[in-house]
Amino acid sequence: MSIAWNAFTPASALIGGAIIGGAAALFAVLNGRIAGVSGILGGLMRPQAGDISWRIAFVAGLVAAPLVWRLLAALPEIRVDASVPVLVAAGLLVGVGTRYGGGCTSGHGVCGVARASPRSIVATLAFMAAGFATVYVARHLIWQ
Amino acid sequence: MYTAASFTAGFVFGLGLLVSGMANPAKVLGFLDLAGAWDPSLALVMAGAVAVGAAAFTFMKRRTRTLLGAPVLLPSARRIDRRLILGSLVFGVGWGLAGICPGPALVLAGTGSAKGLVFLVAMIAGNGIFEFFERRAAPGPAHT
Repeated sequence: MSIAWNAFTPASALIGGAIIGGAAALFAVLNGRIAGVSGILGGLMRPQAGDISWRIAFVAGLVAAPLVWRLLAALPEIRVDASVPVLVAAGLLVGVGTRYGGGCTSGHGVCGVARASPRSIVATLAFMAAGFATVYVARHLIWQ
Repeated sequence: MYTAASFTAGFVFGLGLLVSGMANPAKVLGFLDLAGAWDPSLALVMAGAVAVGAAAFTFMKRRTRTLLGAPVLLPSARRIDRRLILGSLVFGVGWGLAGICPGPALVLAGTGSAKGLVFLVAMIAGNGIFEFFERRAAPGPAHT
């Protein structure tokens, strides 16, 4: 392992992370809920009266962030290297896995870990380990 | 009010993803590539988010109502079961393939990225597959 010092952005990572934590804090303090994107989006698959608008509003907020950003400044670099077939497979796996696992990087990784939930800590270790293993296989065993 | 707070939380969350670089799949994969040139940024994003989030969740622990008067609906599940671990592992494989998880998928769609949209559609299809099997196993309202 070697650290990519040219790619490492400690300041923006910490500040951006604090903003993400701020959003989760806002949501907990005002709405009393976990800012877990997979659960918020997935709940729309089985819509129930009175349980729809806050979900759509949160999702709309996420989509609106880059739209508003672009009015004021250029968007930061965004690069998607995966091919379309890989994106389809990845999307399906993320869509199924996050629902079975009851959360994703936001619900388990940020909120759950912040609450010191043992369930979320286990889930976070599991998806991190699977992510590390997948990238290792894809980049160092298949590609080389 | 409740819906507006939800939109704001989603919007701030999206800004945090953009600032931190986590809306950039290439940067996320740089973190997951331990054996390559490793970019530790994601770890600092998590640290920043968890630090801020933890303060809010500690504050909410003693409350039954939010500052807006809504009931506090933070999860109480504690069981670490096969669903949690298997689901998280499947999610991690998908995350490692493309470097995209649910929050950034929505932000990417907002940037107008065609590849981001492909991932988002596949992810929603994955949510649908989950719902299909859940309903077949136990018809009735979902709990999330």
